Amino acid sequence: MNTELFGVIMTFLITLLIAFPLGKYIARVFKGERTITDFMNPVERFIFRVSGINPNASMDWKQFLKAMLSINMLWFVYAFFTLMFQDKLPLNPDGNPGQTPDLAFNTAISFLVNCNLQHYSGETGVTYFTQLFVLAFLQFVTAATGIAALVALFNGIKEKTTNNLGNFWNLLVKTTTRILLPICIVAAILLAFNGTPASFDGKDSIVTLQGDSVQVSRGPAAGFVAIKHLGTNGGGWFGANSAHPLENPNYFTAMLELILQTIIPIAMIFAMGFYIQRKKFAYVIFGVMTVGMLCLLIPTIATELHGNPAIAKLGASQATGAMEGKEVRFGPALSGYWSIITTIISTGSINSMHDSSMAISGLMQLLAMMINAFYGGCGVGILNYYIYIIIAVFISGLMVGRTPEFMGHKVEAREIKIASMVWLLSAILVKGGAALAAYMVAHHPDVAWAVKPSAWLNNPSYHGFSEMLYEFTSSNANNGSGFEGLGDNNIFWNVSTGIVLILARFIPIIGPIAIVGLLANKKFIPESPGTLRTDSLTFGAMTFAVIVIVNALSFFPALALGPIAEYFSLQ
Amino acid sequence: MKNFLISIKLTCILIILCGLVFPVLIAMAGKLAPGGGKGETVMAHGRVVGYANVGQKFTEDKYFWGRPSAVDYNAAGSAGSNKGPSNPDYLKTVQDRIDSFLVHNPGVKKEEIPSEVVTASGSGLDPDISPASAFLQIKRVAAVRGISADKVKTLVDSHVQKPLLGLFGPSKVNVLKLNVALDELK
Repeated sequence: MNTELFGVIMTFLITLLIAFPLGKYIARVFKGERTITDFMNPVERFIFRVSGINPNASMDWKQFLKAMLSINMLWFVYAFFTLMFQDKLPLNPDGNPGQTPDLAFNTAISFLVNCNLQHYSGETGVTYFTQLFVLAFLQFVTAATGIAALVALFNGIKEKTTNNLGNFWNLLVKTTTRILLPICIVAAILLAFNGTPASFDGKDSIVTLQGDSVQVSRGPAAGFVAIKHLGTNGGGWFGANSAHPLENPNYFTAMLELILQTIIPIAMIFAMGFYIQRKKFAYVIFGVMTVGMLCLLIPTIATELHGNPAIAKLGASQATGAMEGKEVRFGPALSGYWSIITTIISTGSINSMHDSSMAISGLMQLLAMMINAFYGGCGVGILNYYIYIIIAVFISGLMVGRTPEFMGHKVEAREIKIASMVWLLSAILVKGGAALAAYMVAHHPDVAWAVKPSAWLNNPSYHGFSEMLYEFTSSNANNGSGFEGLGDNNIFWNVSTGIVLILARFIPIIGPIAIVGLLANKKFIPESPGTLRTDSLTFGAMTFAVIVIVNALSFFPALALGPIAEYFSLQ
Repeated sequence: MKNFLISIKLTCILIILCGLVFPVLIAMAGKLAPGGGKGETVMAHGRVVGYANVGQKFTEDKYFWGRPSAVDYNAAGSAGSNKGPSNPDYLKTVQDRIDSFLVHNPGVKKEEIPSEVVTASGSGLDPDISPASAFLQIKRVAAVRGISADKVKTLVDSHVQKPLLGLFGPSKVNVLKLNVALDELK
């Protein structure tokens, strides 16, 4: 069998083998049962005592959101000012400058929302101080925020009627100390032993074998690369992200980084089954998500292995597949797999340049981010899926002519309104943003921004439109990958995507938490033979259909102008 | 207000834990790794000539060439070309690379040229080429150096890195290591 495809299959199998027991473990952590990480108890008690937290205090959905939003606001202010004045702070061996206000605004937000859009380049745009104390720190705590919000959802579903969604501070701290840090330490050491730099030394100057002088950027990247994947953040230490040979030195590290970014999103599905004691419900969700993932993955790998028809016309061999923007040590199959995993999950790290992917792959990457719920980011993936479930419950209820119910609570107008607003929001942000950008390119090409609109696009025609569409889709999905040819470090892109990022992070967290808070407050109705079963395969298929229809209605016209048109022009 | 006080204290502790303790711990562990956590270097002619994992520019006919690079192998500013598959200017560049490869490697047929030889890598620093690309260049290198093609072929064969455990991923050749060995060949 082809070793490239075999590598992809093996990577996915190992992911499942780790994710299942990890899910069991995560459920035990949040139930407060004994686990192998109980040695962290004193550390947690110390953190709670110093910060003045009572980890057992209950929170209703409003208190929970208030706590979450206050600490997030503080993180934004801290990140914004530190990035702007990083040139005056220590740990800057390469002498990099401070960020401009609009770039600092964008960078602070994009790391605050677990996105890591990165309009700067890692080698020159940040210092070791900001990489570690701002960016890596945010990579931990924003992943923990997403997971904490998801556990609040579990708490709301689990109880018949309750006000208590759990204590935000407790969930935040325990996610960091018991899930993220232990796994990251193991992963970072594996990376360091495979060639990812871990020391604090700055750039090195060397003379190459042929006699050219070059500088080689380095730095303590191993830990950063571990959390960027585990926390589904995706922001690279170096500009080229995980395509960079120091950030991702060989095939083993590529498998490791892929597994790292996938295990928590999948483990959280299993954790839900164990935690709310509805395993079948979780397995059906896992099944739907996996089918969705495969629908996106198979065409991508096939088209990348097939190569670029336009280059085949020039006469060169395409036996090794489409290699523009890809690295030899990974090959097109694993790069195709990575490009789908990183877009269905909101990681956004890359091991190949998506801008140079084939048209069909670009289409699949865009669709993956538009749906944003096949596994999805740390915690937030299932929150997004929950919105689709609520809509599916509502539509199924209409079809059989009875009041929709979910987990023993009536789903009524207020909940449906919130769910509809959440999914309408993404259509508005993505298409509105792309339309505005296209308008600027077409009608105001010479505005005196740091990059003029006429110089934004790195490719002409349909592909140029895809670059703008991708940027807003990625921002809305809090993904962070890009068609990086786009000239995005200027006030238009920094501010517009910054606003999209913050709306698209917090509204899809606030919405589901509010819905579950409202539902959990209602009277519990025991299941009867007439109840719509939400753990059946039929309901799984129903949810899948809702996802397909909702996204096709929202995004098909925009996709037709970009990757679909490009595909037909290449034939 | 209570939330803000908690937020400030908790943030300070978590910055120390995640931003300081964690990376310092990894840096200490990294000292035991090959290259001491600073990246593994390659020696030749009694000096450091580069990093094993970071590709470098080879333009002379006596060396095996790596892949085209969008950043001219600038290891302090990695990036890809970000050219889309249908871009006409890009396709012209590819055509030029094909022509140039044919001029430097007489006897090679167009349809033998593997795609990675005429396309830019993702990082601009790809250290590897496929075994097929290395085999295609043997004739040129051997002729320029005045050594037998068989000898060079043996050297290339010994530098082909098999897939991980022989099962996963593509085979490859590290261009820098191959060229260093080539310089040492008598």
